[in-house]
Amino acid sequence: MAVAGTQVWRRRDPLMQFAVWAAWLLGTAIFVYCWGEISDRTIWAFVTDAPTQAADLGARMVPPDWGFIKTLGRPLWDTLNMATLGTAMAIVIAVPVAYCAARNTTPSMTLVRPVALFVIVSSRSINSLIWALMLVTIVGPGVFAGILAIGLRSIGFCAKLLYEAIEEIDESQVEAVRATGASRAQVTAYGIVPQVMPAFAGISVFRWDINIRESTVLGLVGAGGIGLPLNGAITTLAWTRVSLILLVIVAAVVAGEWISAKVRHAII
Amino acid sequence: MGAASPALESRRWKKPPFIRRAWLRWTLALGVAFYLALALGTTEVNWTRVWDGLPRGVQFFAAFFPPDFKTRWGEILEGISESLWMTVVSTAVGIAISIPVGIGAAKNMVPAPVYYFCRAILAVSRSFQEVILAIFFVKLFGFGPFAGCVTLVVATVGFYGKLLAEDIEDTAPAQAEAIRATGASWLQWINYGIQPQVMPRIIGLGLYRFDINFRESAVVGIVGGGGIGATLNTAFDRYEFDSAAAILLVIIGIVMLVEYSSGAIRRWVQ
Repeated sequence: MAVAGTQVWRRRDPLMQFAVWAAWLLGTAIFVYCWGEISDRTIWAFVTDAPTQAADLGARMVPPDWGFIKTLGRPLWDTLNMATLGTAMAIVIAVPVAYCAARNTTPSMTLVRPVALFVIVSSRSINSLIWALMLVTIVGPGVFAGILAIGLRSIGFCAKLLYEAIEEIDESQVEAVRATGASRAQVTAYGIVPQVMPAFAGISVFRWDINIRESTVLGLVGAGGIGLPLNGAITTLAWTRVSLILLVIVAAVVAGEWISAKVRHAII
Repeated sequence: MGAASPALESRRWKKPPFIRRAWLRWTLALGVAFYLALALGTTEVNWTRVWDGLPRGVQFFAAFFPPDFKTRWGEILEGISESLWMTVVSTAVGIAISIPVGIGAAKNMVPAPVYYFCRAILAVSRSFQEVILAIFFVKLFGFGPFAGCVTLVVATVGFYGKLLAEDIEDTAPAQAEAIRATGASWLQWINYGIQPQVMPRIIGLGLYRFDINFRESAVVGIVGGGGIGATLNTAFDRYEFDSAAAILLVIIGIVMLVEYSSGAIRRWVQ
């Protein structure tokens, strides 16, 4: 209905429209290829059978075996300790790493910063369960391996967020402290630390909350905590106990999230 | 110097403490000390076992120089490509599902019953760790990448849907109002009023989730959900630390690659 010569509003110009179409086409092609490969490796008889399996499993999981809860106190305490001590360990290591990784505080851009960034990336790329798998073979099964696994995984997370916070500080305050003739350590203590302190506390509590969730599964590879009885219950097909442990885990995770939200609210 | 100095001394500036209320500061410090004593006291560490394991740890780190890519290369390649397929499929399907759920979970978009229903979906899918979900999906769907995919889809919906909903709630109402005033239908309202506002951020979040899904796909394999995790688990079980080191390096390399390219894509979109 457009009159010749008048332009009708379009969201994108033709070239852009073409680029968007091409991107969609490429994306769809990649998706279809990946799905095909996965489909080839799937036994579809099991998948179509899943609803009956689910109903069967569900029926076996109720009612939860409430009497079993007495034995769960200790594993739950271990889980809490793995999360807390692991987070504490991570923070202690993450602070110097973040200091070395931030553009405005690093001692050397060419030498120290890449090393710090590599530490951050490798710690972040490897899931805490894989760290636990590794550490269980090295230091043996138990809570200690779990603490180290949580700690090593959290270094990258804490250091990354912390160095971004350091890079975002207000330079004029640092300048003011430096102008009084303060040494490098004094500049850090009076110019930088007060500015990143709230972010630092927030990051620690946030990671602690994530670590509660993570440490519930480390027992599956032998690193202690509530995952240990969970693994035992699953392998012995004690489904009423499994459902109880799952309820306990959900309660712990929700409690952790609530505390973390409260503390972060109080800080900010 | 002399008589005035004590008075001056007492007026010297002191660094203000991070927590201003003194009683809170002391209660917190005492509480932390008490907890640490209790936690460290009840944590059982078998130091002889740790000591025995140290040579093995040294062996493991020595295996990084050089890592053994060759012996298990076929299996590594198979595992990594399976992980990548799972990542692509689960990210795409997860985002496709979380868009309607996310819109439903935004307070300013839908009536209250729909809002609570969608919020409930998000809360349920977020409450379990991926590995626990994977154990159950492997039980239901059998071993292999399909179970892993379903796990990652559920985890993606919980993460992405929640952030999308929060993002939609933060949009400027004026623009959406303007579109509505032209007589646009509900779909047009979403398409022209809301979507342009949230687009840059949700593309960024999608790439971030892709990255997370790849890392998680390495874990679901440990409990039978397909992908590189199974290969890695086998390598550890056989004490083939040089192959394990190779797998870890491949994972780190791909994560770095994804991170850099997603940064580039984000800059291009914005």
